[in-house]
Amino acid sequence: MYCFTEVLYHGKNHLISCNSAEKIMFSQHNPLFSVDGSLSSRSQEFLCIFLCACTSIICCSSDCHCVTFFLNLHQHSFYYFFYCLQENRQFGSKMTDSKYFTTTKKGEIFELKAELNSDKKEKKKEAVKKVIASMTVGKDVSALFPDVVNCMQTDNLELKKLVYLYLMNYAKSQPDMAIMAVNTFVKDCEDPNPLIRALAVRTMGCIRVDKITEYLCEPLRKCLKDEDPYVRKTAAVCVAKLHDINAQLVEDQGFLDTLKDLISDSNPMVVANAVAALSEIAESHPNSNLMDLNPQTMNKLLTALNECTEWGQIFILDCLANYTPRDDRESQSICERVTPRLSHANSAVVLSAVKVLMKFMEMLPKDLDYYGTLLKKLAPPLVTLLSAEPELQYVALRNINLIVQRRPEILKHEMKVFYVKYNDPIYVKLEKLDIMIRLASQANIAQVLAELKEYATEVDVDFVRKAVRAIGRCAIKVEQSAERCVSTLLDLIQTKVNYVVQEAIVVIKDIFRKYPNKYESVIATLCENLDSLDEPEARAAMIWIVGEYAERIDNADELLESFLEGFHDESTQVQLQLLTAIVKLFLKKPTETQELVQQVLSLATQDSDNPDLRDRGYIYWRLLSTDPVAAKEVVLAEKPLISEETDLIEPTLLEELICHIGTLASVYHKPPSAFVEGNHGVQHKGLPGSAGSAESESPDAVSAGAATEAPAAVIPSQGDLLGDLLNLDLTPPATTGPLPHSGGMQMGAMDLLGGGLDSLLGGDLGGSPAMGAGFGAPPAAMPPAFSAPVSGSLYDLFDLDNGVGMPLGSFCPPKTVWLPAMKAKGLEISGTFVRHAGVIQMEMTITNKAMSVMTGFAIQFNRNSFGLAPAGPIQVPSPLSPNQNIEVSLPLNTVGPVMKMEPLNNLQVAFKNNIDVFYFSCQYPISVLFAEDGKMERQVFLATWKDIPNENESQFQIKDCHLNSDAASNKLQSINIFTIAERTVDGQDMLYQSMKLTNGIWALAELKVQAGNPNYTVSLKCRAPEVSQCVFQSYEAVLKN
Amino acid sequence: MIHSLFLINASGDIFLEKHWKSVVSRSVCDYFFEAQERATEPENVPPVIPTPHHYLISVLRHRIFFVAVIQSEVPPLFVIEFLHRVVDTFQDYFGVCTEAAIKDNVVVVYELLEEMLDNGFPLATESNILKELIKPPTILRTMVNTITGSTNVGEQLPTGQLSVVPWRRTGVKYTNNEAYFDVVEEIDAIIDKSGSTITAEIQGVIDACVKLTGMPDLTLSFMNPRLLDDVSFHPCVRFKRWEAERILSFIPPDGNFRLLSYHVSSQNLVAIPVYVKHNISFREGSSQGRFDLTLGPKQTMGKAVESVLVSSQLPRGVLNANLSASQGTYTFDPVTKLLSWDVGKINPQKLPSLKGTMSLQAGASKPDENPTINIQFKIQQMAISGLKVNRLDMYGEKYKPFKGIKYMTKAGKFQVRT
Repeated sequence: MYCFTEVLYHGKNHLISCNSAEKIMFSQHNPLFSVDGSLSSRSQEFLCIFLCACTSIICCSSDCHCVTFFLNLHQHSFYYFFYCLQENRQFGSKMTDSKYFTTTKKGEIFELKAELNSDKKEKKKEAVKKVIASMTVGKDVSALFPDVVNCMQTDNLELKKLVYLYLMNYAKSQPDMAIMAVNTFVKDCEDPNPLIRALAVRTMGCIRVDKITEYLCEPLRKCLKDEDPYVRKTAAVCVAKLHDINAQLVEDQGFLDTLKDLISDSNPMVVANAVAALSEIAESHPNSNLMDLNPQTMNKLLTALNECTEWGQIFILDCLANYTPRDDRESQSICERVTPRLSHANSAVVLSAVKVLMKFMEMLPKDLDYYGTLLKKLAPPLVTLLSAEPELQYVALRNINLIVQRRPEILKHEMKVFYVKYNDPIYVKLEKLDIMIRLASQANIAQVLAELKEYATEVDVDFVRKAVRAIGRCAIKVEQSAERCVSTLLDLIQTKVNYVVQEAIVVIKDIFRKYPNKYESVIATLCENLDSLDEPEARAAMIWIVGEYAERIDNADELLESFLEGFHDESTQVQLQLLTAIVKLFLKKPTETQELVQQVLSLATQDSDNPDLRDRGYIYWRLLSTDPVAAKEVVLAEKPLISEETDLIEPTLLEELICHIGTLASVYHKPPSAFVEGNHGVQHKGLPGSAGSAESESPDAVSAGAATEAPAAVIPSQGDLLGDLLNLDLTPPATTGPLPHSGGMQMGAMDLLGGGLDSLLGGDLGGSPAMGAGFGAPPAAMPPAFSAPVSGSLYDLFDLDNGVGMPLGSFCPPKTVWLPAMKAKGLEISGTFVRHAGVIQMEMTITNKAMSVMTGFAIQFNRNSFGLAPAGPIQVPSPLSPNQNIEVSLPLNTVGPVMKMEPLNNLQVAFKNNIDVFYFSCQYPISVLFAEDGKMERQVFLATWKDIPNENESQFQIKDCHLNSDAASNKLQSINIFTIAERTVDGQDMLYQSMKLTNGIWALAELKVQAGNPNYTVSLKCRAPEVSQCVFQSYEAVLKN
Repeated sequence: MIHSLFLINASGDIFLEKHWKSVVSRSVCDYFFEAQERATEPENVPPVIPTPHHYLISVLRHRIFFVAVIQSEVPPLFVIEFLHRVVDTFQDYFGVCTEAAIKDNVVVVYELLEEMLDNGFPLATESNILKELIKPPTILRTMVNTITGSTNVGEQLPTGQLSVVPWRRTGVKYTNNEAYFDVVEEIDAIIDKSGSTITAEIQGVIDACVKLTGMPDLTLSFMNPRLLDDVSFHPCVRFKRWEAERILSFIPPDGNFRLLSYHVSSQNLVAIPVYVKHNISFREGSSQGRFDLTLGPKQTMGKAVESVLVSSQLPRGVLNANLSASQGTYTFDPVTKLLSWDVGKINPQKLPSLKGTMSLQAGASKPDENPTINIQFKIQQMAISGLKVNRLDMYGEKYKPFKGIKYMTKAGKFQVRT
């Protein structure tokens, strides 16, 4: 022992102090690590512990000197060194990363700081590793930021990666410090090693600090065009990251276009990542039309699909699902190319492929051979999904549930795979059960019932309940099996297991509703179990049965009376049921039960706080006292039969969900817009129509519908913008006489006209007599210089031939769906705006897609840019019965309150019916606001044109318009855009036009039409340049119509 | 895409977190803990849990919950598949996937997670590629690294990452060239009281261990490929040739991989290799129950049934079981009521049996539920579906490889109702 310590004493670099052989202190240049250990006198143990101490130091500090020193001097103890490594686990397995978690008594951060600033590379790396380890467990080590960043400039890739890991986590909290890292990043982006280039651009994108993102643009642009595909694919994802941080920057820098170009990249991995990045960006910008899918890109995607990684395949397949094929042939060819994905080992790929196939199948004619083949091919992969891990099974089952509802034929022979294994997790069991019921048919009902009966004896109470309920649903679904189901239920009731009996009674009630007067013989058995019922639902069901069949149950009055004793302790459900049942009993056996009915009526009306109960009580009371015959008709009316449809998903929702197979929406069976946060304007996906129906629609209508679909966004129900709307009460506005026009104007004009108003008030109006005449706010004042006679050449310009025809009837854009039924509890509104003879009309089609009638319609607008408001209450002949639709025309005026909207022609509407209040927003074509007196004098026009500064001029292109200038002029006049002058220069017809908005804003236009060129150019000048965009849209809409 | 990942151990501690976008507070896991409390067993925690701002998608493997946090609409299967891939990778790297192993290698774990996912998009998940980027830790390498100061992070771009065969690295060299294939089939079955089969299906896989030099191109053909109902291939398999000729043609990855998994459905007749005779009964009013179980082989084509293990969850009312086994040992856990019997090999001449009585709580009524018997077994040298490999050929390389094929049948979820 002495010799051993002697040697240690003489080690050059190490000072080891031995305090009376009880404590060993290890120290180096800087105090790094110390071990306190009680040593026994036995040298063996001493050695052991000492070696352990050494190992921890070696591992923690990685001080090469120490190791070499140690290994050189003590060959015999070298074995011990390894022995300790293997055996002395009680000191913590020091060779592993868990050592990074060990803390010492001194400040940990302080020590790490010292190590990070060490000039030894290894020590630095170990220190960074410790920092990362602390980070993983959620410890805050952000204080070390400058020290860690200092380690960044290194050629050691591992150290670099570790520092980057740290940076990503903490850069946000230390933005100023993070800037220090920028230089290294930019330098690394130029590194000859593609791995480092990619790593740099990737990490930079993860640092969510504005200052850094500014520097990111240039390196990113280079990397997007890098020669190495690995770098390109990393850069593609980086665009998505950057978009998440600063969307505007990405758009300004043109990265989106570069990203779109990457879809045509030669490397499939790059394509897949570009698609993934674009989809993610598109999700946050639903209207940006990023994924412009056309047959060419489809082809590229389908080619890349075969060659890219499994994850890339998922992104590409999800993207393919958004495409709408032109015809059934294209649809079939896509299906053929997607089908091989069904054999992929990754279940997510399989399910995404199923989604694409389910969607495109809709377009295939049913009699096609291929259709049948495809159906057959879909079943095996779905079945295979069920042999995977339970979590995968769950998601698969939720989706299969949808598929089975849409196309039961696919899995109709696969009932057995849905049989429940006793050790399946409960969430899998319940889903399987649900699908079993959906697949139940006359052919397999016997097996299904045997299975369900088996499940009813399982341990898990929830599952047993659901199994019993399932038997009832089978009875309702498969008529031939009803009798067998009832007898199975009776068997189960005989088991006397409490919760089984209660569930059985609840479902038997439903069976009675479905098959009246068929199984009433079992009532006696049910009544035997009356006392054991303690759940409200079961009690209510039993009471309903007693009331409904009171004439067949001898002691019905006694039974009901027994329930009445604890009336106030019952739940509302039971109380209501009891009230009804006793009234029924009274109507059937009036003589014996008068007392009973009086008792229950007084309990319900006088002693109850529940308004529902009181109301129902009063209704019965009045009915019975005024007209017992009517009462009989009401209370004992024949009830509609219930059907299995009740638990099916509504068809419109189902169609949308089919388009979302494999997503969260399909797991929750809710449309994505209903729950995914930040997804305000999710585009509704619908299944493409089958080949037949698509042809019947005219192509024009389809394209026009598609073009105008976007504005029909439903206002998210919690948006701040709704502030005003929510405060409005929804009674139709009383027509309070026209608001002072100028008052309404001023608000709008402030925004819209801006500085124009000042010049207008102070301007010299003298020169233009026409301008002052018609309206209060002429937009242009003619500078004196132009009031002088215009030169000859200008007269030339106004050489109008008088061939302008009369308007051909006003333009009416097609109706679009403003409020889908799914969002509004079955109320669907589609509509459009039209101006007719100077009156703006809101034309709506209101459809009731709910199960019940709708009444009490009212409409209200939020404040909007042009003060649009209903001129009177909406006239809807209510009630509107289910599946009925009506056309409503609501005249509007422009004297409502004004508030600038974004976009300008946005209109937020609140619509009320007896069910609820719904909010939606729509956009009206600004052309409905073009006044009939919008024709300007030529000279005024000329002067105004020159007077409006050039900044206010905007140019637009109208593509693919095949009208000559006369026809165009005529069309435009139909929406009150008047042609003032026309001239021809170099084969180009120039039309000079004017229009006036209802609030007095003038817009002037120059329309260039070149013979043989389908592209028109419109130049718009207006004092309020904000309106230009909307005006242009009107041009486009009317010219293309 | 995937936002963050939390690892939670059996006692409900978050022991690792990783964020790929902005940091999500770990308090988001409270929703998970709520769901965990509601579920009686850890297995019953639903895999998708909604919270006000996020969705939690979890998998349970090796008694660790891997909880992914997502914020937008993402295919949940994609997340679940990815999580399973993470677990597989950990297992591949550390031998086991336990809390201790993860903590011991926390830095490697972090490096791996960073390499596997970028901004929520999967980057590299192929084990071959990952291992080139980050070398798996071994005692020796750790030692060497500590002493020499070298790293376990690869400096070069993995060769396979962007080639047409991303699963195979180039420049593979072996002195012994060998290719082994294991055909492993699992039977999932439910047998009813009377011994008739309610449902039975076979999940099969062909796992390969290929150590061949260069770029070999293999074809594998079956005697009876029509048996396979549904197949899922490793990406290396050329789908067109399978469609046309029912031949597996592929350039294999280097090392161990799963070539193919297949499914033989309940539509086909599936042979059941064991039968069970059982009599588990309770009499009304008696505190004793009878337990009688005999196992026997059937339809095994002469092969021995080995490693048989019978387990059953007895009704809650059972206090204890007093049984005697003709072979093997049995245990009964009075707390969980789990009876398990390690039978070993079935000798067709002397069938194994387990007989005796179960004692019930005095005065308790007869239990309602019927216990289900779960059976595990193995049969060597037989694929129960009858699948047989015809031949294996190699093209593209000159040498003669050593080839081997092994068959095995196992019980998957094999349940007998009583």
